[in-house]
Amino acid sequence: MSAPEAAALAPTARPARRRRRIDLLLWFCGAWLAVLILAAITAPMLGLQEAQDAAKTLLEPVYQPPSLGSTHPLGTNALGLDMLSRIIYGARVSLTVSISAVLIGTFVGGTLGVIAGYLRGKVDRVIGTLTNTLLAVPALILLVALATVLRPSALNMALALSLVAIPGLIRVTRANTLAFAQREFVTVARALGAGRARVVFRELMPNVLLSVVPMCLVYVSALIVAEASLSFLGIGLRPPQPTWGNMIGEGLNGKMEDYPHLVYVPAAVLFLTVFSFNLLGERMRKRWDKREVSL
Amino acid sequence: MKAAAGKVAQLLVVMFLVSLGTFSLTSLMPGDPAVAILGDNQSPEAYAELREKLGLNEPLVERYFTWLGHVFQGDLGTSMVPPNEDVTSLIRSAFAVSIELAVLALVVALVVSIPLAMISARRPDGLLDRAASATTFGIMSVPSFVSGLVLIALLVNQLHLFPRVGWVGVTDGLGQNLYHAALPVITIALLEIPTFTRVLRGDLVRTLQEDFVLSARAKGMPAWRIMIFDAFRPSSYSLITVLGLSLAQLIGSTVIVETLFSLPGMGRLVVSSASQGNITVVQGAVLVIAACYVLINAGVDLMYSVIDPRIRRVGA
Repeated sequence: MSAPEAAALAPTARPARRRRRIDLLLWFCGAWLAVLILAAITAPMLGLQEAQDAAKTLLEPVYQPPSLGSTHPLGTNALGLDMLSRIIYGARVSLTVSISAVLIGTFVGGTLGVIAGYLRGKVDRVIGTLTNTLLAVPALILLVALATVLRPSALNMALALSLVAIPGLIRVTRANTLAFAQREFVTVARALGAGRARVVFRELMPNVLLSVVPMCLVYVSALIVAEASLSFLGIGLRPPQPTWGNMIGEGLNGKMEDYPHLVYVPAAVLFLTVFSFNLLGERMRKRWDKREVSL
Repeated sequence: MKAAAGKVAQLLVVMFLVSLGTFSLTSLMPGDPAVAILGDNQSPEAYAELREKLGLNEPLVERYFTWLGHVFQGDLGTSMVPPNEDVTSLIRSAFAVSIELAVLALVVALVVSIPLAMISARRPDGLLDRAASATTFGIMSVPSFVSGLVLIALLVNQLHLFPRVGWVGVTDGLGQNLYHAALPVITIALLEIPTFTRVLRGDLVRTLQEDFVLSARAKGMPAWRIMIFDAFRPSSYSLITVLGLSLAQLIGSTVIVETLFSLPGMGRLVVSSASQGNITVVQGAVLVIAACYVLINAGVDLMYSVIDPRIRRVGA
């Protein structure tokens, strides 16, 4: 079972805490993500050191350990490429790929889920079988198999990763649709003569999609990990294009012992980002979902 | 009975779709598979011969059914890369490693998470509960290759407790086998502990609010007895579902850990074959992994009726 589904499943029963304190951890995570996203967007304007082209770093020191305040605050790698710059360019890849994968997944999975939940019957069974088929292959294996046949580009990566998010999103949107379809506003819309398409796209979709936002955040973090795993295995986006996964992979083969920063710097960034998305999703779920008070 | 037949029918449809999907991987491959396997500087005759041998000249549907026929006889073809081994036997030896890792990891995860969940559920929102919940939440955000590397740095490089890489089969001595399996097993278990703990804790908290627990308490039963003998069984259904799903997922998705520790399991087999474009091995392995997943899921469904008498009556 994938983490997001487990998070959506986990039942709880606990009275809400009496007073709401300022959630420092949440603010910290939000700030981290804001800084990261801002840096990723403005990367070319930040005047960073060279991240990709080893021909330009012939005079730079190699394997320099991190020291804030120097020209390479997070150190350099085997080719003298700047780690900070690679982290930020890696963030561009990780965030674009995983966020667009979740958007594609939400659109496709959400549409199928709402249709299955609203129409029921045969359509529901066909979509259900499709979901089970996608779920029958473990996510990472599915991705590896796709990586054998697809060229490793950012677009292909996003499409492949979206396949991982689709089945879970179909299930959750379907379940939510079943609940929403009973509500008065749907009955009213039907009584006013709205057709199936209108009910599905104008009435159900907006409500159902809003309710899966917390789950989407958890999926973003799961897909960041999946993307990093693929590049770590050497079958995702390849060097010289920096990604967090292939940066961590660089530290293998005995280099980690002598130059631990090669692994710890990208690993720490990866952890912070994944943790932040998870925490944001979790807190949002708590706040919005009145049935499940907290975990 | 009708429900059971429907379930079986759905299993068959899912397996059919999975086999179709894995089979069509070859046709998704960009360019000519023969060129991909032999390299670009061979004579045209060599390509033509290989294409003939792979059956690429026949239509896709026909090739699919030929392949499926062989699969039913336990023949998954031969590896496309020299020494052209038999795919079935490659998978058999890799499967043994994967299943051992998965089962050991789940046992370790259960040994940690059951007591942890019980301690947390004892006083919901208490200090221990919050500490456990924060820890598991943190662990959940650590990808396995990061936790594996940290474990290597600590336990192998600093304390020299475990071997860095390598695998020793059970046949070469159980002690050595477990010694080599320990670190990968811990790494995989870390992935599962948060989910198990959270799921069980949630169910325990809910069960502990039920009347029969109250009556047991009123009779003067000690809290640990109620937790272990009264509350645990009715709270374990979700855990069993998650456990089944995890076992099914782990058989293939321990790729990262297998790579990190150079273990000859299914994941490693898929990745190394994938990077060589060795499509027959990838096909066979994906098919076997998916079949396991589907079968284990069906097994979990059956298990419900064994542990939960309420379902047995409804289902019969």
